[in-house]
Amino acid sequence: MTRQERRRALRTLLLAGGVFGAALSGYLPLAYARRKRLRPPGALDEKDFLSSCIKCGQCVQVCPVQAIKLADLVDGFGVGVPYIDPREQACDFSCDAVQCILACPTGALVYQKPAFLTQRAGAGLATKPVLKAKAKDTEPTLNLKERFGVARLTRPESCLAVQGKGFKGAARGADFDGRMRFMEVDRWKPIKLAAHPYDLKECDLCVRECPVQDAISIDTFTAADGSVRRQPVVHEPCVGCGVCEMVCPVEPSCITIEARGTWLGKGQT
Amino acid sequence: MSGAEINAAAGAASGVPANTVHRQRFVEQVGLLLGREPTKPAAVTEHAIRLHEIKRARPKAEVRAAIEAAHAVPRGHKWRNRRWAVLIAANLLFTLSYALDIQILEGALTASRFIGFHLIDLNSALQVMLAHKHIITNLVIGTLTVATFWMLLGGRTFCSWVCPYHLLSEWAEKLHLRLAAKKLVSDQHMNRGLRVVFWLAFAGAALGTGYTVFEAISPTGIVSRALIYGPGLALLWVAALLLFEVVISRRAWCRYACPIGLTYGVVGIFSPVRVKYNLNACLHEGDCRKVCLVPHVLETVIKGRAADVDVPLGPDCTRCGLCVDQCPTGSLTFDVKGLSKLL
Repeated sequence: MTRQERRRALRTLLLAGGVFGAALSGYLPLAYARRKRLRPPGALDEKDFLSSCIKCGQCVQVCPVQAIKLADLVDGFGVGVPYIDPREQACDFSCDAVQCILACPTGALVYQKPAFLTQRAGAGLATKPVLKAKAKDTEPTLNLKERFGVARLTRPESCLAVQGKGFKGAARGADFDGRMRFMEVDRWKPIKLAAHPYDLKECDLCVRECPVQDAISIDTFTAADGSVRRQPVVHEPCVGCGVCEMVCPVEPSCITIEARGTWLGKGQT
Repeated sequence: MSGAEINAAAGAASGVPANTVHRQRFVEQVGLLLGREPTKPAAVTEHAIRLHEIKRARPKAEVRAAIEAAHAVPRGHKWRNRRWAVLIAANLLFTLSYALDIQILEGALTASRFIGFHLIDLNSALQVMLAHKHIITNLVIGTLTVATFWMLLGGRTFCSWVCPYHLLSEWAEKLHLRLAAKKLVSDQHMNRGLRVVFWLAFAGAALGTGYTVFEAISPTGIVSRALIYGPGLALLWVAALLLFEVVISRRAWCRYACPIGLTYGVVGIFSPVRVKYNLNACLHEGDCRKVCLVPHVLETVIKGRAADVDVPLGPDCTRCGLCVDQCPTGSLTFDVKGLSKLL
């Protein structure tokens, strides 16, 4: 081997090491992930989702409220993979179906999981969720068999309903860009949340705007000392769309979505 | 040399049947795609031998004058301009389909729908199939559609006519060549076999880890998504690659690394669309090899190397047409197998 050939071989090895190093470093964000991403409706479980997603963004393109975003370099192997940040823009099902599932070319988002994949306990929905907006239609349900997350009342002490307070004004302020469809405004055209102010005696935004029937309610509790307290309670039909988190007027939100969270049974926190 | 002498020399040469030469060329060209170094052809047709003899007999001064005369005519950029127009139009169609909601070509280069029909990038499809180990119908349809398309048009035609990283890299190459002319940088060659190693390693990584590892660093996917969904930090990786190509090694990603290029190269092995070399008028000054992304496919233009009078270039050729634009004698042309016979 001549000196020239040796140097070429060394350079080739260095390039190989560099490219492999860069590629495999994509594993680090997965290993050290501090928070889970909320994936679009119908997403397979995280590992399967990452392996089956082809990172084309067709789900992004069909979403009428642009709830779906694509992850960046910091997500490592998850670069280009779709996620939802519900506090900024929740999935409100204003497409009336789950268009993102229909758009997915590889089966990373599915109506029905393939037989060889198992369902985590508490991920499955007891029945197909009924969309409030479609309640009067002949087919009022969403074709969704698993929840993609679940809402949890994480800060009950700050909840306006718990405090017995009402709410007046735009839910997230005048500068908030998040959008939603309001049936009484236009079924097919989502508008800015900022353009839809409220005047409520008791704040019930999370219940009022939840797109799924019977997924959340405000219930009355009587404590041992006889004091009466009102509080939002999440029910089994919750799919984890995140509308409650988006509309919660308290900063930070009192109710949050646990990505890929499961239904833990009645009385869960 | 007089005409009689040429004929005598040609008579003395023992040519090999065209079939043998074609088989040898096929093996050689597939070898080049897989990273082998070019070799001198062992079998040469009689007609080619005769032409080589004639060329060898030409006085040097006469050849030099011919090269000068040929280069006096300025060369255009016909094929480069067409190719850039197609590449930009294709990527713009993705961007506009989303930005203006015209829905003609939805998705990104990794997977898309063209007026509803599934199209799926072959290497991305391979990664997903190996990682997920479950293949749905739409994935099969999209993959077969794209495979058929590029089988016909020449696999690596995708690289130079569609891939957005190719265009960025082409501009980086111009910068590299300008700096190299000033002796500020020099092109560090690598072993082209590395691309095969990468292909196998990334296929193995997808199969073994269940993650589409290559997609995390694929500059094609990253640039395509950035053009459609907006820029992100992932472009830093692309910038690093381009910097490497400017400063250290000319067109390193496309030449030595990209498994997408190899996938499409293999798909296009039997493609009827190719660049064809004709030995007759070639002056062997080698300008075509200087502009070529994959100069090993053009070894055949070196004086005395052509095994036949007509030599279609191999599957590693990206059909970019730079050599066609560059050639002052029209010895390199686009050709569709069978079509020229029909016409």
